[in-house]
Amino acid sequence: MARGKAVAEEKKVGNGTLVLKRLMKNPNAVIGLIILVIIVLMAIFANAIAPYGYAEINVPDRLQTPSLKHFFGTDEMGRDLFSRIVYGARDTLKLSLGTVVFGTGMGIVLGSIAGYFGGWVDNLIMRILDVISAIPGILMAICISAVLGGGLIPTIFALGAGGIPGSARILRAQMISVREQEFVEAATSINASKLRIIAKHVFPNSMSPLIVSASMSLANAIIAASSLSFIGLGVQPPNPEWGALLAAGRSQIRDYPHLVMLPGVVIMLTVLAFNLLGDGLRDALDPKLKK
Amino acid sequence: MIRYIGKRLLQMIPVVVCVAILIFTIMYFVPGDPAEIILGVTATTQEKEAVRESLGLNQPYVVRLADFLRDTFLRFDLGTSYIDGTSVLKNIMARLPYTLIISVGSMAFAMVVGIILGTIAALNQNGIADRLCMILALIGVSMPGFWLALMLVIWLALQHNILPSYGAGSIKHFIMPWIAAALPELARLARQARSSMLEVIHSDFVTTAKAKGVKKWNVVFKHELPNAMIPIITTIGAGLAHGMGGALVIESVFSIPGLGLYITNSINNRDYPAVQGTIVFFSIVFSVIMLLVDLAYAAVDPRIKAAFSGSAQKRKKVKAAVSEEKENGGER
Amino acid sequence: MMSTGNNELLSVKNLQVVYTSDGVPIHAVNGVTFSLEKGKTLGLVGETGAGKTSIAKAILGVLPEFSTKSCAGEICFQGTDLLSLKERQMAEMRGRDIAMIFQDPMTALNPVMTVGDQIAEGIRIHNKVGKKKAREMAEAMLEMVGIPAGRYKDYPHQFSGGMKQRVVIAIALSCRPTLLLADEPTTALDVTIQAQVLEMIVKLRDEMGMSMIMITHDLGVVAEVCDYVAVVYAGEVVEYGTLSEIYHNPAHPYTQGLFGALPDISVETERLHSIQGMPPDPSHLPEGCKFAPRCPHATDACRSGEVGLENCGGTHTCRCLRAKEEG
Repeated sequence: MARGKAVAEEKKVGNGTLVLKRLMKNPNAVIGLIILVIIVLMAIFANAIAPYGYAEINVPDRLQTPSLKHFFGTDEMGRDLFSRIVYGARDTLKLSLGTVVFGTGMGIVLGSIAGYFGGWVDNLIMRILDVISAIPGILMAICISAVLGGGLIPTIFALGAGGIPGSARILRAQMISVREQEFVEAATSINASKLRIIAKHVFPNSMSPLIVSASMSLANAIIAASSLSFIGLGVQPPNPEWGALLAAGRSQIRDYPHLVMLPGVVIMLTVLAFNLLGDGLRDALDPKLKK
Repeated sequence: MIRYIGKRLLQMIPVVVCVAILIFTIMYFVPGDPAEIILGVTATTQEKEAVRESLGLNQPYVVRLADFLRDTFLRFDLGTSYIDGTSVLKNIMARLPYTLIISVGSMAFAMVVGIILGTIAALNQNGIADRLCMILALIGVSMPGFWLALMLVIWLALQHNILPSYGAGSIKHFIMPWIAAALPELARLARQARSSMLEVIHSDFVTTAKAKGVKKWNVVFKHELPNAMIPIITTIGAGLAHGMGGALVIESVFSIPGLGLYITNSINNRDYPAVQGTIVFFSIVFSVIMLLVDLAYAAVDPRIKAAFSGSAQKRKKVKAAVSEEKENGGER
Repeated sequence: MMSTGNNELLSVKNLQVVYTSDGVPIHAVNGVTFSLEKGKTLGLVGETGAGKTSIAKAILGVLPEFSTKSCAGEICFQGTDLLSLKERQMAEMRGRDIAMIFQDPMTALNPVMTVGDQIAEGIRIHNKVGKKKAREMAEAMLEMVGIPAGRYKDYPHQFSGGMKQRVVIAIALSCRPTLLLADEPTTALDVTIQAQVLEMIVKLRDEMGMSMIMITHDLGVVAEVCDYVAVVYAGEVVEYGTLSEIYHNPAHPYTQGLFGALPDISVETERLHSIQGMPPDPSHLPEGCKFAPRCPHATDACRSGEVGLENCGGTHTCRCLRAKEEG
């Protein structure tokens, strides 16, 4: 298909304000953005918003259903679920952002190196990435978690590793297509820095697929992180990461289902918001695809 | 074609060996003393030393890696459990049927319903059915499968007592796991099916078919769907990986004694040979599935099939063209 | 609706096609009227985007479903108004009575179906024959368009552009339609192949005694194959007449411009004439004469009211105020 045209198009729409304008016209994307802003604010101002501390034990008030005193009820140690969810937004956001930054960052570096040097370097890097992508993501995460243990940083490594091959391939493809173009040869012939020229052309062109894949990866990272916490790996209690809340609430599922329901609803809303934003970004960055 | 399959199987070997090396290397750094895990904290230093000796744990990394690879690929032995000394492969084989029932069942369900929903949505573009399908799909992809499983348990097992909440005795036990494991993949497939159908619906060859007098549903089944299948198959391939992972977690919700429960229990017991063996086993299965997905491309697209039987050069070209189509075509 | 003459095969009256893009209505065809006699060929001539293809697709009832907002007017084929037919009835006529050759052979064939099956599909639908018989007939069609029957089981990607267009033609002619709509059948082909393919279309048209509507922007093609010519501009027929009327006596400034844009090798000129400006945006059509903004002779009268088709003698009609004055 019209590859050249697509590249040209992308360059044209690389304009930030234009993309933002298109994004704001998309009601779904705006809803996603609003939810995300609320969650980010919740995470930043958790101290002010949460009526109780996330680890504040209050035995007399244990296992309460939602009420005015405890909006989302309390768990078996009397900890306020609403406060735990508000504080948990911090862990969940840090985790998912960290995962995507690590995965995409490594991918950008490795993909650029592979694409720029080509030859055996390219071959080596790509074969290693092939091996990584041959392991289903959650198993890779389980494996790394088992070695590095629980906690935020190890979990970021565990979840991020699976995201490296995808972004590396995007960058490599761009790098190769730019490297082979004649103006790069021309630029080197007048002594301009080849690296600089390539960087100048590769990164703008890689931006839109990277942004879209990053926003989708954020959504997946939240689900993966909660799955990992749920089976007892990843971020450990008493940290109120949302998946950990689900795992903790599970033992009370028969009598106090709200302990499982509410954290899950919050996870779903957040993931939904990232997906809405991702869809919106894809349409805004590449209007051709919009039907 | 057969030559191609053979070639792909050969190419798979180094990847699988590298996967095994990678997993072994990661697990090599696992904290904790295996001898202590096996014998318990009360064991004496001599006892521990004897265990290390017998397991070859005091050999250097390279020797242990070579032993591991030899055992895995030449003797088909994935090691023995630290906890009860049983063969990991035997354990895996005993549990595999449960995992297969869940993942194959849910994937089949997801494929059939997902493609149907996506097609209906595309044929009613911007209509009510379309909006409804896509809202459902969006919620589906945004929901952790294991949470849906918990919700189903609350609703169908605890509140209405229609289905058993755990175990794996009868088909009734599998209904909730199937739904929970299928939904995210179903939603992903519906979204992909919709966007690739939309692309195909607007193609010229569909107009040609209509101009021949082909009836509406024949146009859909004989012309549109076969052409929309290529990106859908890509999603199915990715979905199998996702779905398998999801099934592992869902097993633990329903206490189904499959590989997911095995791997989680092994982690909790620090039974690392079991963890390592299961992951290597899964990666091999996964590679085979990916090969099947590649072959499925050839089944739906004669251009790819031609490239398979043709030279490597030509194959690259076609693959590039097809992946470009995929890129332009839709969902990631 | 009765047809006006015994010989009339198709009469299109006041055809209007409106598309919609993001809610903006796009007027592709604005009240087109013409008729075609049995066994004759009409050329629809005009620039890209003038609405020629939309006219043909409207006749065949294959306008794109999702973007078409409305298709109104009357399309009378052998005494039946096609626009009032149910989809099921229309589907029966497609391919059997009216068939179409598409512009781009690269995209007009289903890439995952053998070319033979694509030809046989239409034959099976309309001739109610079995698989084997349909295959034989399809093989005969392949031979007819100059492709060895042995290539029945090949896929479109194994064919060159010209060969693909032959397959498209075989599909269109497989049920011996009464009316053939040819939408720029040679535009997408290599220049060397164009003449061959055109010649083949004309030969088969004459053998089968078909009527044809030839859509093109190539005046050379028109001169070679057409009996009548309708010049289309901004979704309107601006001039209509027999081939010789239009060629020898073009009355509309747009038609004159089209001929002016043809290079005349007998006269040495510095550069080709061209019509100034661009065709109007079909979502914002100008009032009055749609050609007025580009017309060298335009007056205020042209811009104020609708300009009707005026008779210029014989079958020759023209949508221009000047033609009226002169005529």
